[in-house]
Amino acid sequence: MALFKRLAETRRPALAFTLDGQPAEGLLGDTLLTAILTCAEHLRGSDFSAERRAGFCLMGACQDCWVRLEDGRRVRACSTLLEEGQAISREPGRRA
Amino acid sequence: MKPIVIVGAGPAGITAARTLLEHGITPCLIDESLRGGGQIYRRQPVNFQRSAKQLYGFEAGKAQAVHCTLDELASVIDYRPETLVWNAEDARLDTLTGDRAESVEFSRVIVATGATDRILPVPGWTLPGVYSLGAAQIALKYQGCAIGERVAFCGSGPLLYLVAYQYAKAGAKVVAVLDSAPFSAQCRALPALLGQPLTLAKGLYYRAWLTAHGVAVHQGATLRQIDGTQRVSGIRWGEHSLACDAVAFAHALRSETQLADLLGCEFAWNDLNRAWLPQRDSAGRSSVAQVYLAGDGAGIMGADAAQWAGERAALAVLEDIGRGVDQRRIRRLEQQLANIQRFRQGLETAFPFPEQWAAQAPDELTLCRCEEVSVGEVRAVVDEGHWEINRVKAHCRVGMGRCQGRMCGLAAAEIVAERSGRSIEQVGRLRGQAPIKPLPFGVQVQP
Repeated sequence: MALFKRLAETRRPALAFTLDGQPAEGLLGDTLLTAILTCAEHLRGSDFSAERRAGFCLMGACQDCWVRLEDGRRVRACSTLLEEGQAISREPGRRA
Repeated sequence: MKPIVIVGAGPAGITAARTLLEHGITPCLIDESLRGGGQIYRRQPVNFQRSAKQLYGFEAGKAQAVHCTLDELASVIDYRPETLVWNAEDARLDTLTGDRAESVEFSRVIVATGATDRILPVPGWTLPGVYSLGAAQIALKYQGCAIGERVAFCGSGPLLYLVAYQYAKAGAKVVAVLDSAPFSAQCRALPALLGQPLTLAKGLYYRAWLTAHGVAVHQGATLRQIDGTQRVSGIRWGEHSLACDAVAFAHALRSETQLADLLGCEFAWNDLNRAWLPQRDSAGRSSVAQVYLAGDGAGIMGADAAQWAGERAALAVLEDIGRGVDQRRIRRLEQQLANIQRFRQGLETAFPFPEQWAAQAPDELTLCRCEEVSVGEVRAVVDEGHWEINRVKAHCRVGMGRCQGRMCGLAAAEIVAERSGRSIEQVGRLRGQAPIKPLPFGVQVQP
């Protein structure tokens, strides 16, 4: 299930990516956050209770939307644009 | 010659840059975002096609003018988008662009770092589907998305009605608007709000439009709980409950002051903003000779005032380096800023801070979403005798996580003040620390 709902700008070129190894599709101009949350319900697990998180501020302040890219880089999903073929993985978080 | 640097390409920073350029100075404009404009005038990605009118409504003209100015400036000044200023010391800013780190020396700097939502957490606020009001607006404006299928808007402040209106107008299902402020407060505020009749009229219009389109608006309604396990399933307030799958909430805005802090600016308590803010004179000069402040980052006044303050701060820079400036223009800007101040007081009356929040927050409520510190843990530290916010942070890690207290810091101070029986002012402010946002490992600064 998706968290976000697209209301406008839906006729953009599709971009294929993988989310935790599963094929997924976003649109050109999507942030990673949009691409993920229009086909899934969360972005990461929290650091002390592995609670599901899906971002909060969308303006690069809360640091609660980090995802991992194939090359090992950890990026803020809200401020990183999706690219064709990206392999994005979500970290499960940790329990204290 | 070291450049004059402006940090932040929102309405304040862009106007400051234009003003300097008009007087023959080529500034360096640094901004964290890809396309500038700030948050309220944030631009959609280049391949999106909605019109300015669709994106910014009544503010379309102003937004377009700001964007146009930035586009004209971009090729003639030293414009650095996608660049984070993560540290400042000794007339030098440390920046990061992608994975490239640099050190930027400045002769003077105008800090226009803007604001984020002011958050007072409620149980369930870390669930997927819960966002700040600003976030909900960005999802729509920047990405053409709603944060859910059935969205509730809660909290208070002018943004509450604006974003709910924008959602409903864009075709989202708005299940309810919960305004913690009672209607009587908004009536009391009318005399002061009438000072900016156009802004007042827009606020009343959004409110009336929502009602006319069947959106339930509850006043004096305080969000008590967000329900859900893996994601949002509903909200509760008073004796009421309502099913929804997304919630946007905030109580007005808070200034981003970390950079001013690192630059050594003195702070003073500001009652109107209920916050410690970097001190500035009517021109935007801070307590540090080379540092100027403009826009919401130095106190919340809104986008129009940010433009005036940006221009005024740039004129102050020009005066201070011995350039001739138009004194009539300066008087006019300062007059406009003073007028906005009165309106701002009216807004505070219309949307008062919910002072009962701290006493009502349950012990088990997660206060700090990074470090997952509960209200009860903060209260326990206070009960041990600590009441200064940085000391409390050292004891229980509240505000010590990745966001550096941007989301929880003000709420934590409220909890500490209430528990210790001190004023919110006495509790103090969280000190800024470099890096002001997380950096990747292995960043090397190129000379």
